[in-house]
Amino acid sequence: MAPYKHSVALDTEKCKGCITCLKRCPTEAIRIRNGHAVINPDRCIDCGECIRQCPHKAKKAVADKLSELPFGKKFVIALPPPSLYGQFENLDDADYILQGLLDIGFDYVYEVARAAELVTEYTRQYLKREDIRRPVISSACPVVTRLISLRFPYLCDNLVPMLSPMEIAAAKAKDEALEKNPGLKREDIVTVFISPCPAKVSAVKNDFAGHKSNVDYVVAVNEVYFELLGAMGKIDSPSPISKTGMVGMSWAVSGGEASALLNDRYLAADGIENIIKVLDELETASFPFLDYIELNACSSGCVGGVMTVGNPYLTKVKIQNLKRYLPVMQNRPTLDEAKQIPEEFSYRQKEYEPVARLDSDRIKAMSLMKEILVLDNKLPGFDCGACGSPTCRAFAEDVIKEKAMLSDCVFLERGEKK
Amino acid sequence: MDNAAPLEFHFNVDGKDFTSAGEASVEVKKILRRIGLDSEAIRRVSIAMYEAEINMVIHAGGGEADVSVSPDKITLVMTDHGPGIADIELAMREGYSTAPDNIRSLGFGAGMGLPNIKRYTDELKIESEVGKGTKITMSVNI
Repeated sequence: MAPYKHSVALDTEKCKGCITCLKRCPTEAIRIRNGHAVINPDRCIDCGECIRQCPHKAKKAVADKLSELPFGKKFVIALPPPSLYGQFENLDDADYILQGLLDIGFDYVYEVARAAELVTEYTRQYLKREDIRRPVISSACPVVTRLISLRFPYLCDNLVPMLSPMEIAAAKAKDEALEKNPGLKREDIVTVFISPCPAKVSAVKNDFAGHKSNVDYVVAVNEVYFELLGAMGKIDSPSPISKTGMVGMSWAVSGGEASALLNDRYLAADGIENIIKVLDELETASFPFLDYIELNACSSGCVGGVMTVGNPYLTKVKIQNLKRYLPVMQNRPTLDEAKQIPEEFSYRQKEYEPVARLDSDRIKAMSLMKEILVLDNKLPGFDCGACGSPTCRAFAEDVIKEKAMLSDCVFLERGEKK
Repeated sequence: MDNAAPLEFHFNVDGKDFTSAGEASVEVKKILRRIGLDSEAIRRVSIAMYEAEINMVIHAGGGEADVSVSPDKITLVMTDHGPGIADIELAMREGYSTAPDNIRSLGFGAGMGLPNIKRYTDELKIESEVGKGTKITMSVNI
């Protein structure tokens, strides 16, 4: 399998080798080695937690730059997500943003919220089926789908077997642009997702779940923000471009997606630690009273992404204001169409290599585990992180795998044994 | 180190703390993932252990869990010093529960714990004496 391409990177100049990210990484993907953080790409899920926590701004999200977009050479379509709409002060109409995107050079705009409304309707119909595994889990957050495939493979079949609104928007945008611009060729179109988070960048770069992405570039919300703000200030009256309803707009915020399903049997959790707890319980306990689970890795939902600008709670309020005068839903397949998720929008989450596995040979893995537990028992159990591993157990494993030296434990060195 | 000897670990299940019930099964799940068991086997073990843990918390004020992993099976021994089960056959019946109302209001006590353990394990032995306690031995073949 090709190595997973990540969008969270480290600036080794800025990294002080402190243990902030080490302790906060939910998948224990980070170690401190030779004075700075090292990310294990097999374990990283691009949640962006380390970017959020780093006091030295040494962790950064990698995305495309506006200056790298082929303006003037290609037909460039912007795909703004609903989370972008809540980033601006005193805005009463999303058209200002969409007009602004056209004014800074994009040739066309297709709102991701429109595709989100389609996903909502397909999901409503999907939930009526008897032959599906419940509770159904949203597949919109790429951190969640990667986390499930790495750590909760049993739950892969609970995921909505449909691509994310971003992917569907990209495909729909290309079709719509071709329809509206006779003479335009498909190969001349590029789509640019304006992303609130690095995980979306990775989902695109890695051909999400084996699906060749229709998104060609991903730029960060905070990359377009200031240019967009400038352009928006010059708009007198924008063209009526937005075709989003309340439902599509609600996807930006945790709980919005699930509440649009016209079904009270849902749970919505946000924040990476919280969703891991929910998944752990989901794997063991049964919840017959739940039909649907919406999980967002970022606290508050996509508005809490690390590539956004505004405080997520304020952004949430702004989205509430923006959607107040919108129709409920402006994009939906016919009921007949919605019965079957179209082939081109279907996907099935594949299981990854079990990264947690100590060895492919079970007997060998058991024997390694025994050694790890014996060593762990001798360690102080403070989980201080000073050795460069996040917990004593992780350190024991690193020592057994010869990736760390027992002498890295400052307490053992000082003779303070447990 | 002897490769054939089973991998063993021990957990105390705290009886008073409802919010932490299930923690031991999450810990076991983590270890089984490291060993590389398939997800179905891991799930069966963790469900059985979770149910037994919850039972200990509801009925017995906690207890102890001993887990033993050998190359072909995982054995869980859950021991408590609670009130014991008067009629094991009745307790095995789906929907039969002696959990008090305050526990049921939390969503537990549906009378599915022991039947679930039976469903997800390959072997199940319940030894119980009223007033003394209960020992549940269960195993999942891998």
